[in-house]
Amino acid sequence: MKEKLLEIKDERLSFFTPAGEVKALNGVSFSLGEGEVLGIVGESGSGKSVTAYSIMGLTAFPGKLIGGTIRFNGHQVDRMTEKELRKMRGKEVSIIFQDPMTSLNPVYTIGNQIEEVLKLHTDMTKSQRHNRAKELLELVGINEPEKRLKQYPHEHSGGMRQRVMIAIALACEPKLLIADEPTTALDVTIQAQILELMQDLRKKLGMSIIMITHDLGVVASMCERIAVMYAGNIVEYGTTDEIFYQPGHEYTKGLIKSIPQLNAEKIERLVPIEGQPVDLMNPPKGCPFAPRCEHCMKVCLTEKPPVTHLSDTHYSYCWLWQEQEIKKGATDFEES
Amino acid sequence: MRSNTIVYILKRILLAIFTIWVVITITFFVMHAVPGGPFVAEKSISAEAQAALEAKYGLDKPLFQRYLTYLGDFLHGDMGVSLRQRGRTVSDIIFSKFPVSARLAGIAVVISLLLGIPLGCLSAYSRGKIWDNVIIVFTTCGIAIPSFISSVLLLYFLGSKLNLLPTVGLNSLAAYIMPVTALAIYPTAYITRLMRSSMLDVMGQDYIRTAKAKGLSNFKMIFKHALRNAILPVVTYVGPMLAGLMTGSFVVEKIFTIPGLGREFVSSIVNRDYTMVMGTTIVLATLVIAANLIVDILYKIIDPRINLK
Repeated sequence: MKEKLLEIKDERLSFFTPAGEVKALNGVSFSLGEGEVLGIVGESGSGKSVTAYSIMGLTAFPGKLIGGTIRFNGHQVDRMTEKELRKMRGKEVSIIFQDPMTSLNPVYTIGNQIEEVLKLHTDMTKSQRHNRAKELLELVGINEPEKRLKQYPHEHSGGMRQRVMIAIALACEPKLLIADEPTTALDVTIQAQILELMQDLRKKLGMSIIMITHDLGVVASMCERIAVMYAGNIVEYGTTDEIFYQPGHEYTKGLIKSIPQLNAEKIERLVPIEGQPVDLMNPPKGCPFAPRCEHCMKVCLTEKPPVTHLSDTHYSYCWLWQEQEIKKGATDFEES
Repeated sequence: MRSNTIVYILKRILLAIFTIWVVITITFFVMHAVPGGPFVAEKSISAEAQAALEAKYGLDKPLFQRYLTYLGDFLHGDMGVSLRQRGRTVSDIIFSKFPVSARLAGIAVVISLLLGIPLGCLSAYSRGKIWDNVIIVFTTCGIAIPSFISSVLLLYFLGSKLNLLPTVGLNSLAAYIMPVTALAIYPTAYITRLMRSSMLDVMGQDYIRTAKAKGLSNFKMIFKHALRNAILPVVTYVGPMLAGLMTGSFVVEKIFTIPGLGREFVSSIVNRDYTMVMGTTIVLATLVIAANLIVDILYKIIDPRINLK
């Protein structure tokens, strides 16, 4: 079988803060093929960004990978040295951050910041780099690239800056683009433009994308597959249709219920998910979502749920499935 | 853009002239309001002789008339003669002493920048580790120890005990080492601390994360992306500090017997050498104003977001 572009197995990562160990990731596993678009959704602090950053070895101090493997494009990322990681960053995998207003260095021109990546990872000459930078700005839909290259970030709007960030990320034609809430800081019309641009670029360039967001609307329009994260765990993974139409985890169901519906037939109240997010210093012993789950059973509080494959592409970690299996098994047994 | 900058500089120069006039006026009247006079202390001279001296230097005239005369002379480039150093004009004294102080200060500032900036970066980069702690301890000492202590310690150990360096004057290159060190300790320590805190702030910014995600080395990340953003507070501090050091440090010049402007400044006040007080004050004010103008222009060069208006 051909190796997947990205394979993460049982990744465990903690932040060692003075107050104690914060268990940010508790056994995350998923894989991503070439050209696939994966959405990672979940609330703040669920480990979405940490997962994505660790693919680039960008875990911020005092975070530390304490278990599991990350294989990307033939590299074993968790064993790479800082020097090897630097060669990979920006070239094979690049990232777009949430806030374009602060993600560009205010004291260097746009041109300088785009050409910097090219200088680092390619053998292009100065004029080649300049032309490539111009080409990239055109690619991300910025008019008058020649003039823009000489301007500073503060002379651009938020949407323009995010386009520049995308241009920087795409400069070396990476295999994987990580988009960490790329539209959260933008207003709605610009959001739509940026998403459209990303879809367009994906068709043109064919790279894989990991889209991190807490906006289910964004993943629905962009992604083929969705991983739902909760408290440092992937609780459900499946195709977009499966997640939206046959959600297999109570948390996913809750998320979908809390989306406002424009075409609802009668006036419906939004249903929030009750309770508080998990304290990652002391994560629950069993299913992390159990304390907030409406259908919580005894077993949920004491033991981690095993995986249940709902289809070839769809799996969920929930005891409710097991309960059904057990019941089914039990009845089968009785009948026989 | 370019013409904007020129207009801005012209505006600032006009403002500077006004500021200097204000400084002259305030200093002139405050100085005369202080009891005593240049010839009061000399007991040996008779009342007639004193009156004659005062008449000679125009001190018998009403204060306001003297003020106008001073301003008129000043506009013609004449800062008068020293009242205590007979036969020497104020400009003559300033022009002979200022370069000595300025040279010492210049060397001290260059050294403190060359040491302070990298040390501050290193300290911020290795935050919480051993280097950071070592640097913090040394800079705290550097800020806390006054120059007369460090000067005397240097003099005692390097000059007297070990007999390595000359202790008086500035006649050889080696003679510069101790006074420059004494002058540079405080600014070096201060710049290191400023650089450290500003660097720590910048290192937490999103664009540093972007730089890291691009695959840049730590060296490039710090010296290209972080330093240029973090250096603004240092620039702000160095301008006025340079002006202050250039007019001379009384303590260091006194201890190392250096014929600089700092000693003149203090002794002119003690002696009520009115014209000398005016002269040295004007030099200091001009330097501070010029330094601030240069700082503002540097700001614009370092950070394109800053608009000079």
